[in-house]
Amino acid sequence: MNPKLSEKIFFTLFFLATLLIVVLVGSVIVIIIIKGLPVISWKFLTTVPTNGMREGGIFPAIIGTVYLVLMTIIFALPVGVFSAIYLVEYSADNILNRLIKLAIINLAGVPSIVYGLFGLGIFVIFLGFGASILAGSLTLAIMILPVIITASKESLEAVPKSYREVSLSLGATKWQTVRYSVLPNALPGILTGTILGISRAAGETAPILFTVAAFYLPRLPQSIFDQVMVLPYHLYVISTQIPNIKSEYTYGSALVLVALVLMLNLAAIILRSRYRKKQ
Amino acid sequence: MKNMSLKSRKIKEYFIEKIILISGIISIVFVILIFIFLLKEGLSLFKTISLKDFLFGKLWYPISEPPKFGILSLFLGSIWVTLGAIVISFPLGIASAIYISEVAHLKIREFLKTGIELLAAIPSVVLGFIGMTTLVPLVRKMFNLPTGLTALSGSIMLAFMAIPTIVSIAEDAFYSIPKRYKEAALALGATKWQTIWRVLIPAGFPGIVAACMLGIGRVIGETMAVMMLTGNTAKIPKSFFDPARTMTATIAAEMGETVRNSEHYFSLFAIGIVLFIITFIVNLIADIYIHKELK
Repeated sequence: MNPKLSEKIFFTLFFLATLLIVVLVGSVIVIIIIKGLPVISWKFLTTVPTNGMREGGIFPAIIGTVYLVLMTIIFALPVGVFSAIYLVEYSADNILNRLIKLAIINLAGVPSIVYGLFGLGIFVIFLGFGASILAGSLTLAIMILPVIITASKESLEAVPKSYREVSLSLGATKWQTVRYSVLPNALPGILTGTILGISRAAGETAPILFTVAAFYLPRLPQSIFDQVMVLPYHLYVISTQIPNIKSEYTYGSALVLVALVLMLNLAAIILRSRYRKKQ
Repeated sequence: MKNMSLKSRKIKEYFIEKIILISGIISIVFVILIFIFLLKEGLSLFKTISLKDFLFGKLWYPISEPPKFGILSLFLGSIWVTLGAIVISFPLGIASAIYISEVAHLKIREFLKTGIELLAAIPSVVLGFIGMTTLVPLVRKMFNLPTGLTALSGSIMLAFMAIPTIVSIAEDAFYSIPKRYKEAALALGATKWQTIWRVLIPAGFPGIVAACMLGIGRVIGETMAVMMLTGNTAKIPKSFFDPARTMTATIAAEMGETVRNSEHYFSLFAIGIVLFIITFIVNLIADIYIHKELK
């Protein structure tokens, strides 16, 4: 075949494949917005579920998600950042370093439902936390650890070597160098990774099924040992277990969840592109 | 005075370095802990049931009397759904990775990448719900089936979910190929497509394999969307138009109803071990190929 012609055919095919994906992504988002937006109101967002969860009221699920995600970040962020500092600043290029990287890749690949089993086994039963915010957020924290470590590691690596050399030559210790001259410059990248981690934790259902999520609990949590309603699980419940629910209300809950997650992601994308331009 | 502060600073530095070291190795600790806890609960099943009956038993009747804990139908359910997702997502994902990295103009490249990144961010329970209201009726009508809750519906949605992984890793692979390869081919008079086909795809091949393996890992482990779309019948599917039930969906659907420390409870952890081992191997292969690419 004429090389020019085959090039044209293949490039058109590739273009169509990409177009198909992007159009599908766009239509998923548009469908959720169009069908969900009419039921979104102040009342929908700020009251407890009414009429057997058939008519919205998702306040406890929103608050539950916020609590859960905050706790998750409190656990995951320091450990993730320190872990990245170890890999970039302290460790030698040896077998331990290689093993840690392999472990991170595997943590990233463990199915979310297996995290659910693990959380049930260790936090809910073995450590006796019961199904609670504490058990759920620890489970989610381990799940998002690879996201935070990877992002922090990349942004630490991007800090020029000379920053460290100058600081060390002025008599600063290793930790002072990391703390005062490397870490501040890596902060935007770490923040990006953290936001992506939050977004992942906010959208996951499988890890919280047996560790924290409540089917219906119309009050707000009093302590970290309470169960809570959570948005993704609430969406699962009303779309599969509640008969005769009007689909607008289900779409409304889906819209709130998607809006939350996509806004976090857009924030991360904007932050990252600004940071890259600066560099 | 000054010596004291120097000393206390040294102590502080010592503790911080220890904390950093512990944080560094904590990922290894977690991987081991996950495996130990799965084994601790899962292996109890094999006091009463043989490994052979568990892996190759065709019947999954966990609450009948006597119960049957054969996961073959669930394992094959996962395999069917995964194969379907592979057939759809590999060509689409690789084609769009090539388009984005080699063909698209710089300006729309960022737009396309962002669009696909957003897809990765949509929670699986949302995609499951959208699938229930749009894809399932569509599949039912198009193929004139009694129900749209089939392996096919699951495969289509899973393919959609694996595509962002495949595109972003494959695109990275193309991006990291040295520019001079491409320039040399073009300078010899090759067309852009000949350059892609004869030079970039062979050079980026390990990265493409890694991208596909990570896509498979994503698909096998996916739970919520699959549970909502495939009909969850624990029978070996004979075609893509049959309902199927995956290993992940079985754990998610049944764990809530089990009695702690019952055979049923142990059996779900045993399925967890199988899933853990499969994804471990898949990710290990991906990792090996990613490192091949760097050499």
